[in-house]
Amino acid sequence: MKSPLAKLVAQRVGLSVILLFAVSILIFAGTQILPGDVAQSILGQAATPEAVANLRASLGLNQPAYLRYLEWLGGLLTGHLGNALSNGLPIGPELWQRLKNTLFLAFWAAAISVPLSTILGLIAVRHKNGFIDKMISATTLLTISLPDFFIGYLLIYFVAVKLGWFTSVSTVFDGMPFLQRMNAIVLPATALTLVVLAQMMRMTRAAILNVMQSAYVETAELKGLSRFNIIWRHAFPNAVAPIINVVMLNLAYLVVGVVVIEVIFVYPGMGQYLVDHVAKRDVPVVQDCGLIFAAVYIGLNMLADIFAILSNPRLRHPK
Amino acid sequence: MFDIRRIPLSALLGVVITAVYVVVAIFTPWIAPYSDTAVVGDVWAPISAAHWLGTDNLGRDLLTRLLYGARITLFIAALATALSFTLGASLGFTAAVVGGWFDEFLSRFIDLIMSIPTLIFALVVLSVLPTNTVTLILVMGILDSTRVFRISRAVAVDINVMDFVEAAKLRGEGKLWIIFREILPNALSPLVAELGLRFIFMILFLSALSFLGLGVQPPASDWGGMVKENKDGIVFGVPAALLPAAAISILAISVNLVADWILNRTTDLKGGRGNA
Repeated sequence: MKSPLAKLVAQRVGLSVILLFAVSILIFAGTQILPGDVAQSILGQAATPEAVANLRASLGLNQPAYLRYLEWLGGLLTGHLGNALSNGLPIGPELWQRLKNTLFLAFWAAAISVPLSTILGLIAVRHKNGFIDKMISATTLLTISLPDFFIGYLLIYFVAVKLGWFTSVSTVFDGMPFLQRMNAIVLPATALTLVVLAQMMRMTRAAILNVMQSAYVETAELKGLSRFNIIWRHAFPNAVAPIINVVMLNLAYLVVGVVVIEVIFVYPGMGQYLVDHVAKRDVPVVQDCGLIFAAVYIGLNMLADIFAILSNPRLRHPK
Repeated sequence: MFDIRRIPLSALLGVVITAVYVVVAIFTPWIAPYSDTAVVGDVWAPISAAHWLGTDNLGRDLLTRLLYGARITLFIAALATALSFTLGASLGFTAAVVGGWFDEFLSRFIDLIMSIPTLIFALVVLSVLPTNTVTLILVMGILDSTRVFRISRAVAVDINVMDFVEAAKLRGEGKLWIIFREILPNALSPLVAELGLRFIFMILFLSALSFLGLGVQPPASDWGGMVKENKDGIVFGVPAALLPAAAISILAISVNLVADWILNRTTDLKGGRGNA
C-alpha cells in the first residue's frame, strides 16, 4: 500500500521537474530567439551601431544561443542569478528580498481567503438557492468581471482616502516591526482576497453539491440526521479533495494576481520588480523573475495533484 | 431564438449595453465633444457643464478620453480575439481530426505554454519586443489561442466520432471538408459562448498590460492606460481613475450575461434538440 503511493507522488514530482526545465527553455527562447535583436530593442532605434555592438558583446550575444542557455541554467542551479543590465548589481539578493515580501503578502491573503471561502461555500450549500446562495453567484459574476486594479483603487479611494483608516502606499522594509508590517499589507491583502474569494466559494459549493447528490448522503438523510451534520460528517470529508484542488489552483492564481496588486499599492515585491524591469528591457532580471513565477505556479499545481492523490484513495489505482 | 420575448431580462440588458459600447466605439469622432489630445481645462477639474466627467491629469476632457479609450480597447481586444479564435480553433480541429503524433505533439506543447501564467509570459515576451499595437495583438492573440485550442479540440474530438462524420469519411471527403463542413457547424454554439468569455478576458488582459505601462503607449490610451494616467489623483480624492475601470467592469458584466445565456441555451440543445 505504502510503496505504490510513494511511486505515484515521485512520478508527479519528476514530471514537474521535467516541465520546469521545458519552461526554462521556453522562457529563454522567448527572450532570445525572437525576431529582432535584443540589443537593438534595448537601446532603441536611434542607437549607434557601436553602442549596439558593445551591448551585444557584454550580453554575450555573440555566443550561440544554446551555450548562453546552458550558462544561464548552470548559474540558476548554483544560485548565481547573474547581474541586472540596468544597474549592474547581482540579481540574487534583491530578488530574494522581493520574493520574501511577495510570499508574505500572498501567505496572509491565503490565510484569510481559504477558511473564509470554505465556510461561505458550506453556508451556500446549507441554504441552497436561498439569499446567500444567490448573493454568492452574483458576486462571482461581479469579481470575474472587475479588473484587479478597479478593486484595488476602490479600496484606496474609499478606505484609505475617504475614511483614512490605512495608508494607500504599502511600504515595507527590512527590520520593520511585525505589527507595522501587518498594518501595511492590510489593503493589498484585502484586495487579493476579494480577487480570489468568489471563485473559491463557487468551486467549494460545486464540489460539496456534487457529493450531496450521492447515495450515502441520501441514506444519512433517511436516517434523520440534521442537515448540518450531513454536510459536516458525510459530505465534507468526501469533498475535501476537490476543495483542496480548488484552493491550490487559486493560490496559483493569487501568486500571479499579486503582480497587478503590488503595482497598485507600490508594494516592494517580485511583481513590481518584474514589471519595472520589463519596462527597462532588463532581460536577465525578467528571465529570472519569469522562471520563479512559473516555478511557484507549477509547484502549486503539483501540490494540488499530490493532495488529490493522497486524499482520494480511488486515484491511487488508475484503471 | 429570434423571439425577443424569450430572451431573459439579464441577457437582454447585456446585449443592449454591449451594443451601446460598440456603437460608441465606432462613432467616437462624431460623438466626442473635444479632441482626445487637446488640453482644454485645469488638471483634474471637477464635473461641470463643459466637462461632464471633469478633466484628466493633463487637463484633457475625461469624457472624450473615455470614448476614444473605448475605441482603442474594443479594437485591439476584438482583433486579438479574432486571431486567438482563428488560430486556436483551426489548430484544435485539425489536431482532433488528424490525431496521432500531430495531436500528441501539439497538445503537449500547448500544455507547456499553459504551465506559465499568461500575464507572466506576456511580460517576459514584451520585454524584448517593440511596444506597438501589432505586437500587442499578436502576443495577446497567440497566448490566448492555447485556451481556445483546448476547448475546440475537446469539442471536435466528441463530434469526430459521430456517425455523420464517419459517413463523410467513408464517402471519401478530405480532411478540410470534414473540418469545415462537418465539425465546424456542429461546434459553433459552444464556441460562440466561449467567444464572449475570451473577449472579456482580452479586455481585462489588455487593461492590465496598459495599466502596467506595457500596453497601449501615450498619447493614445485605452482604459487601462487611463487608469495609470490618473491613478495619482486618487490619493487627493480625485476619482478620475475609477471611471475607466468602471467602464471596463460594466462592459465585462454585460458580455458575461450574454455569454451565460448562450451557454445555457447550448446545454439545452444538448439535452433535447427541439428548440433549435
